[in-house]
This record gives sequence, structure tokens and C-alpha cells, in this order.
Amino acid sequence: MSTSIDFLLWVRGPGFDIALFIFIVGVLIRLLEVLILGRKPDYSEPRGAELGAGLLTLVTRTAPEGGSFKRSPFTVVGGYIWHIGFLVSLFLFVPHIELIDSVLGIRWPGIASNLVDAIAAVTIVTLVAMLFSRLTHPVKRFLSGPEDYLTWVVTFLPMLTGYLAYHRMIDPYPLVLGLHILSVELLMVLFPFTKLMHAFTFIIARWYNGAMAGRRGVQS
Amino acid sequence: MSEATLERGMNAFREQMNAPVASFFSSCVNCGMCAEACLFYTETGDPKYTPIHKLEPLRRVWEQEYTLWGRLKSMFGLSKPVTDELLEEWETLIYDGCTLCGRCSMVCPVGNDISYMIRRAREGFVAAGYAPEGIKGASRRAVTIGSPMGVKFPALAAQIKHVEADSGLTIPVDVEGADYMALLSSMEIMNFPEYLEALAKIFKQAGVTWTISSEAFEATNSGIQIGSSDIARELVNRVVVAAEKLKVKYVISPECGHAYTAIRWEGPNLIGRPYDFKVVHILELLDELRSAGRLKTEGTEDDRLTFHDPCQIVRKGGVLEPPRNLLNMVATNFVDMNDSREMNWCCGGGGGVSANERAEELRIKAFKRKKTQLDELNVETLVTACANCRLIIEEGLEEYRMEMPVVGLTEMIAEHLVEDEK
Amino acid sequence: MADDRKKLSMTLGESLRQQGVSRRGFLKYCAATASMMALPPTMVPAIAQALEKAKRPSVIWLSFQECTGCTESLTRSHSPSVENLIFDHISLDYHHTLQVASGDAAEAAREAAMHENEGKYIVVVDGSIPLANPGYSSIAGISNLQMLEETVAGAAAVVAVGSCAAFGGLPHANPNPTGAVSVGEIVKDKPVVNVSGCPPIPTVITGVLAHFLTFGSLPELDALGRPMVFFGQSIHDRCYRRPFYDKGLFAETFDDEGARKGWCLFRLGCKGPMTYNACATAKWNQGTSWPVESGHGCLGCSEPDFWDAGGFYNALSIPDSDLTRKTGYVVGAGVALGAAAGALNRSTRAKAAAKHETVTIDDLDKKS
Repeated sequence: MSTSIDFLLWVRGPGFDIALFIFIVGVLIRLLEVLILGRKPDYSEPRGAELGAGLLTLVTRTAPEGGSFKRSPFTVVGGYIWHIGFLVSLFLFVPHIELIDSVLGIRWPGIASNLVDAIAAVTIVTLVAMLFSRLTHPVKRFLSGPEDYLTWVVTFLPMLTGYLAYHRMIDPYPLVLGLHILSVELLMVLFPFTKLMHAFTFIIARWYNGAMAGRRGVQS
Repeated sequence: MSEATLERGMNAFREQMNAPVASFFSSCVNCGMCAEACLFYTETGDPKYTPIHKLEPLRRVWEQEYTLWGRLKSMFGLSKPVTDELLEEWETLIYDGCTLCGRCSMVCPVGNDISYMIRRAREGFVAAGYAPEGIKGASRRAVTIGSPMGVKFPALAAQIKHVEADSGLTIPVDVEGADYMALLSSMEIMNFPEYLEALAKIFKQAGVTWTISSEAFEATNSGIQIGSSDIARELVNRVVVAAEKLKVKYVISPECGHAYTAIRWEGPNLIGRPYDFKVVHILELLDELRSAGRLKTEGTEDDRLTFHDPCQIVRKGGVLEPPRNLLNMVATNFVDMNDSREMNWCCGGGGGVSANERAEELRIKAFKRKKTQLDELNVETLVTACANCRLIIEEGLEEYRMEMPVVGLTEMIAEHLVEDEK
Repeated sequence: MADDRKKLSMTLGESLRQQGVSRRGFLKYCAATASMMALPPTMVPAIAQALEKAKRPSVIWLSFQECTGCTESLTRSHSPSVENLIFDHISLDYHHTLQVASGDAAEAAREAAMHENEGKYIVVVDGSIPLANPGYSSIAGISNLQMLEETVAGAAAVVAVGSCAAFGGLPHANPNPTGAVSVGEIVKDKPVVNVSGCPPIPTVITGVLAHFLTFGSLPELDALGRPMVFFGQSIHDRCYRRPFYDKGLFAETFDDEGARKGWCLFRLGCKGPMTYNACATAKWNQGTSWPVESGHGCLGCSEPDFWDAGGFYNALSIPDSDLTRKTGYVVGAGVALGAAAGALNRSTRAKAAAKHETVTIDDLDKKS
């Protein structure tokens, strides 16, 4: 008998194991295949230190440069809203903290569920708007390929199914909860193979950018 | 004789892969923000000039040969290969539509240093035979004659004689043991000999011992612009050999942007070791003399004037404050442009674009960015510190019927030097 | 016996008056029934009229793989007047635990009821049916499956009482050694109402029977065949501790300050969010309390396969994962593969560097 509980048990049992395995192994491969490439020593006489400048850029790049903000306000503001909304929903929703605690054994305080709910709603709307922008903005439409839309879908689905599950908009509940977990597993599985990797590699990229500019005496 | 082939190009792309490049490609999410930082996009509105898009050939090599997933995909024939047609199409984007100004690298939210990758991608393009004729010609002249504009030492010697006769100053040539060895760009020799006179005046007053080498006076490096480390190495090596032969402590990079990048930042890596001497930009040296009180000026420029930051000297060279310190020494009405210092906009002619005749129309279009900046300020004079920028800006101003003198900063300082009483 | 026969032919109204139940008391019961079934008060006269005229239906109660907890629950109905009424006014013709008869006499009673009320009687089932081997559970030498099929053939409707009858329940729990199935999996040609719960709320059992008595039909059902009136909302949505969940205030253990302050029991494994039942409103033991109110999380007993939904004390969304205990090995595998991929990359680059032909000004052009 295949019931919604069976489905939920599979997605949070073997399904979760498979996804977690692919996610951890895949991300490690991706990170190591970047890092192990290394770079040649730089023999030019440095004007500034790399380390501090690299770390600073890692932080400061979070805020947009003034002119870019004026020229791409939607991308910047929309990007902020949904990234923050996504991270808040992911890391500050109490059931998620429970999950992380059970997997990693670390926990932190969550925030009120109805606040997460409101933030998630805003995030979902913003994600739709971002998709619309990708489809209509001349540069973004020009640059975008199947992978860009695929990553949008697998980012959007956990938000959507999470929202549906929280409000129990699909019956029975184990089914919608299972769908939510499954959508996250889809995200985890595709993560190492797509540009979703930027969530980790941006740290390396910003550091190199800042370090190489810092060596020349410019804070990038 | 060997020839450029796609295979050599592919090989060069493969050689260029390193952790920064791999991390940059891994991080790009196609947000499109780099487009808004690029004058070729902002002035044409054509999305193909989006900086990251210009790297598609290198990106394919990265994905297909440097990622496990990409290797699998290409094994099953699911990847788009890098072909001659692709490189031919992209040649205009990577050479005509990019000045290596590096402004995009400042705005990328994930921190991609796009211009760093363009520089590397050009290694593959040149090895595959897809470089613009103009830059190829400049490179050939640089290697065979010694200067991209075909200037040989006798031409310089003639200019030296001229300047010495006009000013009564001496310009030392091949003086062993001098502290400084000055480099020049051909453009300065041919178009702006005032620079040479300015150097002589300033160094005399400041008591700097200096020399010019008859064997390596050319600072520019077409190898950097065409994107061939092999050619760039050959050119840099001439300077290194000459400087070490004359046993100078410093080599002075002139008012030329990419020359500074070539000799200051790329040079040691091209020859694979640190230099026995230090490289300073002329503005750095002047600012040092100024703060040591060895630079005495009189009188002021009262025009409303602004400073165009040459990308390679400022954003990519780190010489941010010296030009401003020097300007404030002699100018009473200096204003910065809206985007200045490390966020300046390129003149449109850097990175080899000025040597690439094919790109002229596009370059003139891109100059509208600078024009807009100047219009906003309503200035009477433009000061800069790069002979290439200066020439490009003069052309642009003429094209758009704008009357405005363009002055080299070193000359401006020289004009205000206190005449020696002795 | 003759008296019994007479009683059977009486309407409910007659029977009530005979027992001395006042008109007022009867209407009170009708109102209670209406409110329990979430019907508007305007329906009360209709209910009263219907019940007045209703004939006592025959009910056959079959017990299969069960624990008798459902019967225990039923007999402890907390509105005695209501339930007594129902029990006085249905004809419970067969029920292992409650009937006096035994052996052949008991089976004869069942068969008699079936014959006399052909097409009109109600079959109530508690317990699941083993399919792996009919011998696992039999009554009077008749297997559960056979008895169910036989009895249901002439029934008007079937009420599956308790999670075993409704969804297979405990016998169906992994690995389901008896091959237990629910009533609904066998009975396909008769209406089946699932009154799930382990045990179900007594008033919910009687409420369904009252509905049938009143309207002669079955109530509206949800996707799992449960009456919407009782199973329409989740425990979580009706829970008086819900505000604490929304504020993120949770009891961490059963004796901490949060537990004493009555905070949400989600972290202690409460299955309220996935469970649909009327506990939070109907309550238990004469409306005294219900599990969450007594300080223990909901077990989700009215949901299919609740026995298999992970530990009772694990929060619902927590992965039931072996991998988390082996993360070290997974990371090790990732690092090893990553190092190999990195080495491959370095060798790709080293090979390219070895193949490098110096670019000179003589080979800037393609010959072709």
C-alpha cells in the first residue's frame, strides 16, 4: 500500500540519504577541483597585503557599488529580498532548526513561525518577479540558458511547497510535507552540478578578487 | 614556420586555467550586473557586450575540461565545442569590445574578476590566430623594430636633441649607476615630447639622477594587449636586461596605462622571478618628491579642471591618491568626476582597442560615456596621466565637437616648477 | 424475545417515550447531535422529526485483529444520555465483547440479523483483516476475510471503527507479518466510513451512527474516507498551544520550564500538524482533557501508518537517516573524489603547458 506516509518516510529516509550524499560529495568535489588548481606565485612586488583585502572584499561585495545599484536597482533589491528571505526561511524556521540539529547536532534560536510565513510569502512573490525580470530584461534574457531556468525552478519549489505545507493547502499533510522535502532534495541533488554552487564558490571568488586587487593597492 | 591553430588556442586556454578562473566561472549566476559596468554595453545597449558573455569560449573549456560534471557531459556529446567559428565571432567581443579596464570586476556581486579572465582568454585567441590585424601589426613592430609605432632610437635621439636645445637641459642616456631609468611610450616620443622635457626639468630641480637606455626606452608592451605572454615576455625582458645592465635602482613607468601593468605587475611573472630593481609610476615618484619637499611649484591653474583616471594606473595599478595630491598642489579648482578613482570609466581605447582600427566606430560610440561624465561636470580642462587615454580623449572630444584642452599631469607639474635660481 | 421483537419494530420516538425520556430531553439530544455534526441549529427540528420516525436499525459489530480498545472507548462515551440513547435504540445484534450469547448461538444471532434486515443493517468493524494466512485470525472457524465478505454482502453501509479497521493500524505496521489490510481494501461495493483513531473518540463513533439514523445516509467524507465534520481540521490548527508554536516557544523536555508553562510540544515529537481529528475540540473522558492538554504530544493515531512515522518523540520533519551517523565517511569520500578531480585538473593543465609552443610574431596568422 502506497500511502502519503510511505512517501514521507521515503523522502525523509532513503531519499534524504541519497540527496545528502550527492550534495556533500558533489560540493566537496566541486570545491576541491577549483581549489586544487591553485595559482602561480606572484613575483611582482606587492603594494598591499592580499589576506586582509581579500577578506574585506568578501564582506564588502555584499553591498552593491553605488553606481551599479542605480543602474540595476531591481536586480539588486530583488536579489537581496529573495536571498535574505530564502536564508531566513531556511535557517530560522523552527522545524528546519530541528532538522539541522538532528543532522549536524548544532542549533540556534528560531523566529516566530508567522513571521517566517510572511517573509516566505514575500520571497515567493519576489522570486516570481525575478523570473519575470529574467525573461524580459534584455541582458538577463540574452545571457540565460536552460540552466538558469532550472536553477530558478529548484530554488522556487522548496519555497512554494514549504508555503503550501505550512498552510496545509494540499491534503493529506504527509504528502505536502513529503513534496516539500522532496523539492529540497532536488535542490540538493542539482546543487553541485549547477551554478547553485555559487553559494559556496562566491567566497573563493570574492577572496581572489579582493586579494589580487589588494596586492595592487586597490580595495575592490 | 609554425602557424596559429585552433589546437594551439585550446591548449593555451587549458594552460590559463587556475583556481581564481575556476571559482569565477563556478560563481556566475548570469545576473547581468556586469553589463551595467561596461561602457560598451551602456553606450550601445547591445547585450552581447555583457562582460561575462565575452568569456564564453574560455567558459566552455573550463566546464568541459575542468569540471567532473562537464567532462561527463562532453563524453556524452552534450556540450557545445569551441570551434574556429566561435572564436572568430568572439574575437570582436574580446578585442574590440573590451579595454581590460576592469570596471566589471569591481561590481560583480559574487566577486568575479572578469577582466583578469579576459586577459587570460586572449592567450587562447592569439594562439588560435584570432587577434585583430591592428594589434598584430603593433606586436610585429614592437618585436622587430622595438616600438609598436615603429619608433627607433635615432628618432628618440633626435627628439632628445630638440628638447635639450629648446630647454637647455640635459637628458642623460645610458648612464650606468643612475638611480632611475625612465621609460617612454612611443606616443610620448612622437606626439607629446613635452613629457620628456617635463621629466628633465623636474628631476633637475629635485636632484634625481636618472637615465634613458638607448636599448630599452619603450615602455609599451603590445604582447600584453594582444594577450600573448610569450611576446610580452620578450618585450619586458629588454627592459629588465637594460635596467640591470645600467644597475639602476628604479625603473620609471611613464604616463601610459598598460605599460605600467606590463612592467610593474606582469613583468616579474613573465620572466619568472622578482626584479633586481623597483618599478615606480612617474606619478608615484612625483608624489614622493612632493611629500619630501623636493618638488617646488609656483603659480596655480585656476581653470575648472578634472582628472581622468587611467584604468591601468588607478583601478588596476593602485596609484589612486598621487594624481590628486599633485593636482591640488597646482590647481585651485580641481573637481573629481562622478565616478572616479577605482570606479572611473575607461576612455574606450585601452587594452589594445586604440591599436585596432576595426574597432574605431565602436570606440567612438563608447566614448559617449566619458562625454557624459564631462558634460555633467562642466569643466574647462581635462588632466590625465596616460598618453593613450590622452590621444583617445582628444579624438573623442573632436568627434563630439567639444573644445577642451587635454593635459598630461607630469607636464602640468613641470610648468609650475620654480625655476632654479642657480 | 417477543418484547425484543416489538422493540425492534418501534420507532425511536416510541421507544424513547416508553423509556420515559421527555420531549425536552429528546430535543436537547437532537441539538447536541446537530452541534456535534456542525449542523446549524435550524436543523434541530428536522433531526428530531427524523429521529422520531427512525426505526431501530440492526447493527452487526465484527471484531478482527484488534485489541478491543475501540469497544472500550465506545462504552466510555462521555455523554451517557446521548450514547445510552443510541445504544438503547440501535439493535446491536452481534458484538463479541458485549453480547451474552456465545458459540453457535452467537453466530446464529448474526445470521438471523443478516436475514431479517437484508440490505438495511449496518456493519461496524474494528480490527484489520489478515491476508497472509486466513488462519491468523478466525472466529468460530470462519476466517476474518470470509466473515467480512459474508456479512457485508447484505449490509447498507460499513463503518470501520479505529485505525486498524480504517487503515490497517498496528497489525499493518512494518513489516506487517499477518498481511493485515483495512476494511476499505476488501469492501469495494458498499459505502465505507472510516472512523480512525487508536482508539477513535467515542462521540465520533456515535455521531456517525446518529447521522445515519437521522438522515439515513453517510456523512460527507474526506480523501481518507473519514467524516469531514470530525476530521476536517488538523490537531495543530485547533490546538490551544498553537500560539506558542507560532512564537517559537517550545518545551524541550517533558519536565522543563516550557513544559510547565504549557508551550508547544512540537520538538517532543507532537504529530499535531499531520493529524486530522477532533481531539482538540471534543476531548476525552467526558470532556476532561486530551493528550496535548495532558502534556504529551499527539501521536497521530488517526492517520494511516502512524506507527511507522518515525519515533513518537521525533519531530515530524526530521530525517530518519542512517547517513547522518556516517557523515564522516561521506565527507571522506567527497574529499577523496575531490582530490582526484583536482589532480586530474592539474594534470590537464600540466599536459597543456608541456605542449605549449611559444607564440612568436611569425605565427599570429592562421594559414588557410
